[in-house]
Amino acid sequence: MTTPMFQAIDVHKSFDHHEVLKGIDMTVARGEVVCLLGPSGSGKSTFLRCINHLEKFDRGEMWVAGDRVGYRPHGDALRELSEREIAGRRADIGMVFQQFNLFAHRTALENVMEGPVIVRGEKRGDVAKRAKDLLGQVGLGDRGDSYPSQLSGGQQQRVAIARALAMQPKLMLFDEPTSALDPELVGDVLDVMKGLARDGMTMIVVTHELGFAREVADRVYFMSDGVVVESGPPEQVLGAPREERTKSFLSKVLA
Amino acid sequence: MTTTSAPTQMGDGRDSRVVLPTRHPGRWVAVVVIAALAVFAVFQVFGNERFHWDVVREYLFAEPILQGVLRTLMLTVAAMVIGISLGIVIAVLRLSPNRFLSTAAWLYSWFFRGTPLLVQLLFWYFLSALYPTIGAGALSWDTNSLISPLTAALLGLGLNEAAYMSEIVRSGILSVPKGQAEAAQAIGMNRGQVMRRVVLPQAMRVIIPPTGNETIGMLKHTALVLVIGYTELMTSASLIYSRNYQTIPLLIVAALWYLFITAILSVGQYYIERHFGRGFSNSRVRRQRKPDATTEAEVAEGDPAQGATA
Repeated sequence: MTTPMFQAIDVHKSFDHHEVLKGIDMTVARGEVVCLLGPSGSGKSTFLRCINHLEKFDRGEMWVAGDRVGYRPHGDALRELSEREIAGRRADIGMVFQQFNLFAHRTALENVMEGPVIVRGEKRGDVAKRAKDLLGQVGLGDRGDSYPSQLSGGQQQRVAIARALAMQPKLMLFDEPTSALDPELVGDVLDVMKGLARDGMTMIVVTHELGFAREVADRVYFMSDGVVVESGPPEQVLGAPREERTKSFLSKVLA
Repeated sequence: MTTTSAPTQMGDGRDSRVVLPTRHPGRWVAVVVIAALAVFAVFQVFGNERFHWDVVREYLFAEPILQGVLRTLMLTVAAMVIGISLGIVIAVLRLSPNRFLSTAAWLYSWFFRGTPLLVQLLFWYFLSALYPTIGAGALSWDTNSLISPLTAALLGLGLNEAAYMSEIVRSGILSVPKGQAEAAQAIGMNRGQVMRRVVLPQAMRVIIPPTGNETIGMLKHTALVLVIGYTELMTSASLIYSRNYQTIPLLIVAALWYLFITAILSVGQYYIERHFGRGFSNSRVRRQRKPDATTEAEVAEGDPAQGATA
């Protein structure tokens, strides 16, 4: 059996005294696309942010491509990894945010180049060529010189995807990538993501786009109140949900 | 109700009415009053021979004054360099999650902002009274030879400035949205890289205008080193007027130079602000780009799915 690209075992997390993750297990195989669905406040974004340690978790274990995320065993407890180790793990994990978070003081091309040049120490000339190709891949080959403020939300999000891809990540995390977009711009971003999925990228996507989940996801996880309520192929979870909570959520979203 | 008359019926009527701007009689009154005061002031100043403009002219470019100007500039630049670098360090400490570090940084600001600059300058200058030697064993120096008027001036002005700059830098850092640092962390940057490459460059937009203020303030605070005898512009002027008793003309000479340097600094600030403002919605840039942005976007967005798989 090959190592899964991502694995989580019994992940717990509390904010103050409120437990937002109550023991999440998840396995994602290489090249698999997994969508996390669920009402807001269900913990799906928090879980996603734990994967690259933007959020610390309190208990449980996580691996990305066989490497531990965030902590390593230390006696009976877990010890947080050093800053350098955490940064090293993050470099292999691409993340796309709801609010794009493009570096506002750099052009689209500079945004894409920043990671390889600064984090990996690659030569500017080599990176520039690859970055231009990536911008072309997301349909923005001619907007490299634009600053984020000169781009539409959909264009910014596609640059953000290119920026994450520039690090040649093993795993891509998407945190509600289309939630902040005008409806007519959602399609372009989803199309880019579909392309990635077809190319075999391993992806974990927190989304409200049921259509996307149904079309692209290999499996979906439905989360509510910090637990995975049910998971499986989209046609099963979305088409014939077994759990009451899933049914009521779907009926509200589809209404 | 006099201004809201019913629309007048006119045949075609569209081109027959011209829009007139609202009148502002109050503004015109203010213009006349202020202009009159300005003319009066100019006559009072330049018509009064007791100002001794001839003496001003004589000393404006005198050797000791020019040297004083140079030293004032040097002192201003050096003290600001110390203040800004140390200020950044203290701001970062202040924002540290470690309670001890943030409290230490707070105490620093509290102390240096809470005591008069004049007192601090004198304190540094008379440090030898407290510590005749600095260091230990073989590595010890005579304090009096270390603390010259220049080093005392740099310490006094620089450390004091760092306290003010740290607050300015802190507000700048806090003004950068959290998502920027998260995105930088997410591509694998370490804390130092996040600060240097992403947070500070954007914080500069907020930091620069008050730093311009601080620099102009520093230019004039350097005059305080008069009390410890470092001969910058103000001290040079005072040395001259203590000999020839032309106090007011020499103060005017100094003031003219301070004004001139302030003008230059303000121009510099404009360009620095423009540099760090790049990428942030500038209405002029936006208006120019909008039309072609839509056409380019249409071309680019023709078939992104196809582009993505290519």
